[in-house]
Amino acid sequence: MINQGDQTIGSTEATEAFFAMTKLFQSKDATLRRLMYMGIKDMSKIANDVIIVTSSLMKDMTGKDDQFRGPAIRALCSITDTTMLQSIERYMKQAIVDKCHAVASAALVSSLHLSKGSQDVTKRWVNEAQEAVSSDNIMVQYHALGLLYHIKKHDKLAVTKLVSKFSKHSLKSPYAYCLLIRIASKLIADEDAGSDSPMYEFIENCLRHKNEIVIYEAAHAMVNMKGITTKELAPAVSVLQLFCSSPKPTLRFAAVRTLNRVAMKHPAAVTTCNLDLENLITDTNRSIATLAITTLLKTGSESSVDRLMKQISTFMSEISDEFKIVVVQAIQSLCLKYPRKHNVMMNFLSSMLRDEGGFEYKKAIVDSIIIIIEDNSEAKEAGLAHLCEFIEDCEHTVLATRILHLLGREGPRTPTPSKYIRFIYNRVILENAAVRAAAVTAMAKFGAHCEELLESCIVLLERCELDSDDEVRDRATFYVHVLRERQKALNSAYILNGLQVSVVGLERALHQYTLEPSDKPFDMKSVPLATQPLTEQRSTAGGAKEPGDTVTSKPTEKVASSRQDVYAEQLAGIPEFANLGPLFKSSSLPVELTESETEYVVRCIKHTYSRYMVFQFDCTNTLNDQVLEKVTVHMENTDDFQVLKCVPCPKLPYDSPGTTYTLVRLPEEATAVTGTFSCTLKFIVKDCDPNTGEADDEGYDDEYVLEDVEVSVADHVQKVMKPNFGASWDEVGPDNEMEDTFALSTMKTLDDAVKNIIQYLGMQPCERSDKVPEGKSAHTLYLAGVYRGGHDALVQAKLAMADGGVTMQLTVRSTDPNVSEVLVSAIG
Amino acid sequence: MDSQILEPSLYSVKAIMILDNDGNRLMAKYFDDQFPSAKEQKTFEKNLFNKTHRANAEIIMFEGLTCVYRSNVDLFFYVVGSSNENELILSSVLNGFYEAISQILRRNVEKRSLLENLDAVFLAMDEICDGGIILDCDSSSIVSKVAIRTDDIPIGEQTVSQVIQTAKEQIKWSLLK
Repeated sequence: MINQGDQTIGSTEATEAFFAMTKLFQSKDATLRRLMYMGIKDMSKIANDVIIVTSSLMKDMTGKDDQFRGPAIRALCSITDTTMLQSIERYMKQAIVDKCHAVASAALVSSLHLSKGSQDVTKRWVNEAQEAVSSDNIMVQYHALGLLYHIKKHDKLAVTKLVSKFSKHSLKSPYAYCLLIRIASKLIADEDAGSDSPMYEFIENCLRHKNEIVIYEAAHAMVNMKGITTKELAPAVSVLQLFCSSPKPTLRFAAVRTLNRVAMKHPAAVTTCNLDLENLITDTNRSIATLAITTLLKTGSESSVDRLMKQISTFMSEISDEFKIVVVQAIQSLCLKYPRKHNVMMNFLSSMLRDEGGFEYKKAIVDSIIIIIEDNSEAKEAGLAHLCEFIEDCEHTVLATRILHLLGREGPRTPTPSKYIRFIYNRVILENAAVRAAAVTAMAKFGAHCEELLESCIVLLERCELDSDDEVRDRATFYVHVLRERQKALNSAYILNGLQVSVVGLERALHQYTLEPSDKPFDMKSVPLATQPLTEQRSTAGGAKEPGDTVTSKPTEKVASSRQDVYAEQLAGIPEFANLGPLFKSSSLPVELTESETEYVVRCIKHTYSRYMVFQFDCTNTLNDQVLEKVTVHMENTDDFQVLKCVPCPKLPYDSPGTTYTLVRLPEEATAVTGTFSCTLKFIVKDCDPNTGEADDEGYDDEYVLEDVEVSVADHVQKVMKPNFGASWDEVGPDNEMEDTFALSTMKTLDDAVKNIIQYLGMQPCERSDKVPEGKSAHTLYLAGVYRGGHDALVQAKLAMADGGVTMQLTVRSTDPNVSEVLVSAIG
Repeated sequence: MDSQILEPSLYSVKAIMILDNDGNRLMAKYFDDQFPSAKEQKTFEKNLFNKTHRANAEIIMFEGLTCVYRSNVDLFFYVVGSSNENELILSSVLNGFYEAISQILRRNVEKRSLLENLDAVFLAMDEICDGGIILDCDSSSIVSKVAIRTDDIPIGEQTVSQVIQTAKEQIKWSLLK
């Protein structure tokens, strides 16, 4: 019996034991009999030939003794497979509507287990389940409802009916209510229904139910709803508030946890509970106390922060890492809310850093400090000092390299960069290879940035040239040489800004190069550029150095291949496009060319090559009685753009997306870059049977007018992050500088202007210049990008508020005169 | 801990276990494959025990799971569910389980008597939860389903019909002799 233990029983052994056990069917002792059922269930997974007992079980199942019937059914269902199911179906149907609750429950639950494997058989039991729901036993009701929902899950209308039916009849079982609430809230989420739907009303009514399980479930469901307002939350919150003062710890825990979640989105709604929450801080259950404090931290006012911090630190050591992370996150958000309190918070975080803790926990703290540093320049000095202290004694390589990278970026710009050098050099002496390499890079950045430290940095780097690790040595040698040159441009290109290519693309290009040896040196420009991930802040923070295969350091992108690489792969697979050269850029979001509810839905993605442009049209056919064939998108030639080729989509059946491509040659004239195409979808329609999908042989030509596709400047520019904008600016030099002044009368705020400019130019904002500090009337925006063909382009936009509009002075520098012209004209 | 809409399902319990005073397993049943091997289960139990055996706090978030627990003399009862599960449902399962066992063991909830009645305790566990679905949370109905050694249960806890039944049988036996 004790196969609960450690050793796993082999298959043959199990079979033998199983047959020995089946002899027990003759046994009269009830207990033994029952234990046998359990044994059968547990062994069904490991033993062979379990089918043999089916007939004995069936006898028990239809027998007189109610005590045996329930377990027998459950055991039986765990050993049957689909083929056997037919034969027991009749008995199952009977059992579901059986008078004895235990039997009915057992049958329902077993059929739920069974339905995972074979949907269609259990589907025939709907009527029986329907009947069982109206049973007066609470558990039977619950299980029957569960089964009904499971059967009808894919039929939205039926589910809606189900809920509205049972929300009117009062169910007895609290569990059934909970289930119903969940189904209802899922429906609401699926349909984006507002608070006026009947489902919502039902959930709100449940707040006044007798049973607290139901009340909590309802409150929980309301809190989790997407578009709920603070006012609508009020009843739920007041219920939770009552729970807070309950004597049961579980209830208190549940309430506080949910309130905590509310506080993340609607802090104002929770403020009424502040008093109750304060009482919970001293709760004996540490989990409750922590949750209470973090909730208070989110809702509390600036004045109470100090007190709360003191409270937390008293029991920080007693709670689990997971909760510590919650606390850290709460502090982080608080710090962003009340920048003036950063002093207290920083000290607290740093003392937490010194404490024991796992990797996840430390990572959360380091993350928080980095975010605070980036957001609050006042906190920078203190934060960097804390982090320096931390890496002195840090066992996690990843964190150490990350902090070193941050030091390399931020350190040189502080008033006293020299003090960080000591910390960094200590790493070189004491740590493992990866950290040493990162330290060398960080040090080189100091050298490149601060003239007065250059000499000492070179000396230190020279010492690293004797390192035992190849990577460290390579980096050190490389940096020493670059630094010796003392040229600003070199410094900026190789040390401060790194290489901006996508790792996957580089790998592919290099691979191709080695396959086809040629005399030409490998051309860096042919490598697709890295797409800057949308969460730009995180990626720079996470830009820990990895020992790469090139000598220059490069910020690590997400290792997973980015979206663009996926597209590149797809396009390279199409023979017509094979000779276009490397893909330069794919537009980030598909443009909808139709209304979303028309017969055919078409979306367009633009892929830019150095001389061509490929339009990828993702089409979906929403008519289930039609099959489209030879689908192409016909684009009108405009002045300079020339449509070269179409790759049709051979067949487009109902509801499965297909893709067609159109190739366009870009104009020779370098400054003519924008244009508008009118598009028509052309295809052959064939009627088909909606059920079988078989199409008629005959079809007719048809077309469908799409909205125009526009090509803008942004399509020609790839975003590139320059961590050090100033250095790049100097590197490109004023040779191709263009300047112009614009009055942007339609923009009402600086924020709007910044957003629009970024959108027009499709370039990457640097130095966090996309965030306009509040209350300022002037702002400078730095943008960086690479223009089609591999020309660097940098934009400096000085914005100023002037009566009712925004005035902008735009300065563009690039390596190609045409590019500057294009970019300047893009705004106008 | 992100809030997401739960897929409505009856599968609410992930594991039920009873540990002894030193955190060793007396019995345990896992209903999904979050901890596939016995070794992983053991480490999970060990860690959970270390977190919970000191403070008697009833509920804890542990490794992304909600665990409700309860202890008596030298036994620890745990019910584990996903972190999105309704905590109150889990605690009602725990209470049902605990009450049922304390009735089976005749209020003598300790390791020795539990081991003596291990068969009945197994049956009770089986009756509470089947493959993760709650079968029943009401302690008295669980006990009646387990229904073993009715003659051992003190008179006060039997129903009238059960008493009559046993009396009848005893008379029958005496007559036959």
